[in-house]
Amino acid sequence: MTDTLLQASSLHTYYGVSHILHGVDFSARKGETVGLMGRNGMGKTTLLKTMLGLVRPREGQVRVRGEDMTQAATHAIARRGIAYVPEGRGIFPNLSVRENLVMAARAGVDGHREWDFDRVIDTFPRLGERLSNGGAQLSGGEQQMLTIGRALMTNPDLLILDEATEGLAPLIAREIWSIIKTIRASGIATVIVDKNYAAVMALADRSVVLVKGRVAFAGASSELSENQELMHRFLGV
Amino acid sequence: MDFAFFLIQLLNGLQYGLLLFLVASGLTLVFGIMGIINLAHGSFYMVGAYLAWSLSSLTGSLAAAILLAIPLTVILGMALERLLFRHLYQRDHLYQVLLTYGLILVFEELRSIIWGDDVHGVVVPALLNASIPLTDNLSYPVYRLAISGVCLLLAAGLYFLIQKTRLGMMIRAGASNRDMVQSLGIDIKLIYTLVFALGIALAAFAGMINAPLSSVFPNMGSQVLIICFVVVVIGGIGSVKGAMAASLMIGLGETFGQVLMPDFAGMIVYVLMAIVLVWRPEGLFGRA
Repeated sequence: MTDTLLQASSLHTYYGVSHILHGVDFSARKGETVGLMGRNGMGKTTLLKTMLGLVRPREGQVRVRGEDMTQAATHAIARRGIAYVPEGRGIFPNLSVRENLVMAARAGVDGHREWDFDRVIDTFPRLGERLSNGGAQLSGGEQQMLTIGRALMTNPDLLILDEATEGLAPLIAREIWSIIKTIRASGIATVIVDKNYAAVMALADRSVVLVKGRVAFAGASSELSENQELMHRFLGV
Repeated sequence: MDFAFFLIQLLNGLQYGLLLFLVASGLTLVFGIMGIINLAHGSFYMVGAYLAWSLSSLTGSLAAAILLAIPLTVILGMALERLLFRHLYQRDHLYQVLLTYGLILVFEELRSIIWGDDVHGVVVPALLNASIPLTDNLSYPVYRLAISGVCLLLAAGLYFLIQKTRLGMMIRAGASNRDMVQSLGIDIKLIYTLVFALGIALAAFAGMINAPLSSVFPNMGSQVLIICFVVVVIGGIGSVKGAMAASLMIGLGETFGQVLMPDFAGMIVYVLMAIVLVWRPEGLFGRA
């Protein structure tokens, strides 16, 4: 039970009158990589935001490390070892690169501190060259590295990446993927949302596919990637 | 105008400007970070002045009165944020204006009930009740210099807090993306409460230390409020640096204006604001 970091059960989330999530189940265990896939508007980001307490579900439950946190504040959920790299990055443009990282620094659950400023800069040498630049002066790829680096500064046990390679040049996207692999290898569990399904399934132990706010597939990634018919039906590829 | 006279006007202008900064910095922080237009900000200046008067007559010492009053205003600020202002962050400015205008009326009524409608004077502390002679017949009061010194120290402290500390980084980050700050495990609500209480305490503190110079009277907050909004507009919403520049501009402009062209002195501040609005609508240090 304590092996499960994040668990959502039968979530129903609404935006106003639109019913977005229809009883979604989702979980991520320690050290595991989960791919979350689905076409645009199928509820992926809403699911992530609901689990993080940024949006409240009308029904269902969110448990973090076995504890019910359905109504908990977002910062309390994050403090239990969950870091979020949102779609569109969410850097603080009015803070310098150094400040973006330093403001987030924190020990993880049980006080572990594998990630600090120096290690983040070692991992992202490009950021080291731009420490005093404002967040808004960075290229798209650098902003993405900053957001991931900032998330690592909180020493998470689970890193949620929403469209981390969206809008990036192929070469930069490849660099981000290799960083995600490094993070995964360091033992941090990851939830990856990305349009590059092949790359997601190559990394993910398990995959979950959302179709119109319902879980259409949940199982081993290989089971999905080897089934052309499912791939076509759920993801249109 | 001889040099001693000029020096006196300069010091007066700086002192007035620095005092304005104390009040306006809280207004601009709350406006820039939480998006709240707080018309009642001037009322806290008044509350500070009345607390200084009543507690100093009680204790016989302005210093003791200030030490007692500061925690009271911090508590008042935190309570108001939790009970009222917190619910207005996501609302339209119209609601904020309505609520905070209502608060002005409530504060004036409470002031009338608790302290009455009379004008009061506060005695300058004996330790600072002296003058520095400049020429045979001109001298400068030590108390005004002391006020300027304290304001400068607080301004430096505020700059350090906002620009150099992690709390300051979190505050600035909260101004740009509230959800993201929370997602990093930071309790943004607590930070907002602290910033709000800090702004209130600064305004009240300005009212306390200025009480011996300005005297204490009903509605004293509304004058200050209007000038402080001018400061915020000229300096740029949310910019503490801008608030400092604009406060000094206005302090010096008004002081020298009264000496050099007394007929137009009352206008100078608003002419300055109009020029800045035409030239840089986002304010001197504002983000476009």
